[in-house]
Amino acid sequence: MIEKLEQQFQAKIDAEVKIEPKDWMPEKYRKTLIRQISQHAHSEVVGMLPEGNWITRAPSLRRKIALVAKVQDEAGHGLYLYSAAETLGAERDDLLDQLHTGKAKYSSIFNYPATTWADMGAIGWLVDGAAIMNQVMLTRASYGPYARAMVRICKEESFHQRQGYEILLTLCRGTEIQKQMAQDSLNRWWWPSLMMFGPNDAESTHSAQSMAWKIKRKSNDELRQAFVDATVPQAKILGITIPDPDLKWNEERGHYDFGEIDWAEFWNVVKGNGPCNRQRIEDRKKAYEKGAWVRDAAVAYAEKREQRKAASKAKVA
Amino acid sequence: MQPNHKLNYLLQLGDNALILGQRLSEWCGHGPVLEQDIAITNMALDLLGQARNWLDFAAQTEGKNRTEDDIAFLRNEWEYRNVLLVEYPNKDWAFTIVRQFLFDAFNYYLHKELTESKDEQIAAIAAKSLKEITYHLRFSSEWVIRLGDGTDISHEKMQTALNELWRYKGELFKLSPSDKAMISEEIGADLNKIKSLYDQKLKVIFEEATLTIPDGNWSQSGGKIGKHSEHMGHILSELQFMQRAFPAMEW
Repeated sequence: MIEKLEQQFQAKIDAEVKIEPKDWMPEKYRKTLIRQISQHAHSEVVGMLPEGNWITRAPSLRRKIALVAKVQDEAGHGLYLYSAAETLGAERDDLLDQLHTGKAKYSSIFNYPATTWADMGAIGWLVDGAAIMNQVMLTRASYGPYARAMVRICKEESFHQRQGYEILLTLCRGTEIQKQMAQDSLNRWWWPSLMMFGPNDAESTHSAQSMAWKIKRKSNDELRQAFVDATVPQAKILGITIPDPDLKWNEERGHYDFGEIDWAEFWNVVKGNGPCNRQRIEDRKKAYEKGAWVRDAAVAYAEKREQRKAASKAKVA
Repeated sequence: MQPNHKLNYLLQLGDNALILGQRLSEWCGHGPVLEQDIAITNMALDLLGQARNWLDFAAQTEGKNRTEDDIAFLRNEWEYRNVLLVEYPNKDWAFTIVRQFLFDAFNYYLHKELTESKDEQIAAIAAKSLKEITYHLRFSSEWVIRLGDGTDISHEKMQTALNELWRYKGELFKLSPSDKAMISEEIGADLNKIKSLYDQKLKVIFEEATLTIPDGNWSQSGGKIGKHSEHMGHILSELQFMQRAFPAMEW
């Protein structure tokens, strides 16, 4: 029986028919999706913190407004994604609990500090740029609500990426010190951005099944290569140097070759030893705990209102 | 030298929006729940947008070839003309909401009056802002009621915030020299005219919220004439950081 359902399910996926919330699905597919979607939601919400760190110090009113709007978009993405996870039977509070206890992961990139204004440019250009590579693929993911959330998210992310690039372009066309600021930022964000695609294909544990289920359609290394190929010419326009001595065009492959990622650093940050892991989780926990009385009061008030409505209806009747 | 009353009047309007927008933007990423993080950030965005309109007009009125950013980021503390209420720290969601409501109710009637200003530009900016402020007032009123009449804890937190912030309300209606000059030219809003509407609004909302309006009408004041609280310097040290550390650059 189960076997037949599984066959039908895989046949649907092979035929590119979207899986919807009420459709039968293997328990492992559901769990994998909840894990992946909630990690993605957590990444959006934790991702608000490094950029949020610069909102009060943004250098002009126009930039301040654009940055606030951008960080707010990330909150919005978090919301769609938590909702998409809820269609699979997950509860938002449980998912948040997993984030706060360290059981759930989020994108490691946000465990790096945003120390200068140029980082608002580099995060948009590189981090959002890397995220888009992944997300464009996910607009075709087999699970309908996830794929649809991604379509909307992708549109906003590509706007953010252009905005980030434009911030750096302004710096690179500015004074010497602004150019230094841009270069310093690229130096710090380049390698962590490449790490965003995850381990090499040979090391990636979840990939094979996710590919078969079409939750994932391109491998980590393919996506990473596409990102490098797209980004190198953009750095040239900016006139800043990518911090990789091994980076060079390979005529034969038709791609850029690039140096080896520091995998020890990658795994360390994943395990919680990045510069900001503790700080990020602490900030999220603090916001959640400090908000508890507000959420409780909102629920209590809504209940009171319902009761009063019912009481006044009873009176009229 | 004669003070430029119209400029100072525009700074009063622009600085209220700027400083409150700056304060609200501190919530971004730290709200009590994602939906409210987004809502409070929306208000920050509205206020910062309004600040741009007022300060851009202030720069034109000043006529010294300065931009909205020069006005926003490069003045000395005593040249900012926002009320003390908006520079008060966020503290918690209760303080933020009470501060917002006390300000929104004022700002709503103020802008309604300003849509009738003899100065067309002021009337136009006011009309545009009024749509947003109408929403802000609805939002903060609803939250005052929800938390005032929510749980015992939320009620207590709201009452504490109200008791504390009450002494900053009076400054909203205290006439500065620029208020007086602009009212006499029918450019500015007559604050005496809107005071009773404001008091009435507060009475209705606080009553529904089961909150007690504090006794006493003593008010702190000074912001409108450039005398600020100790909080202001810290706000400016963040607000102005980039422009001060890296002067005369394009961003």
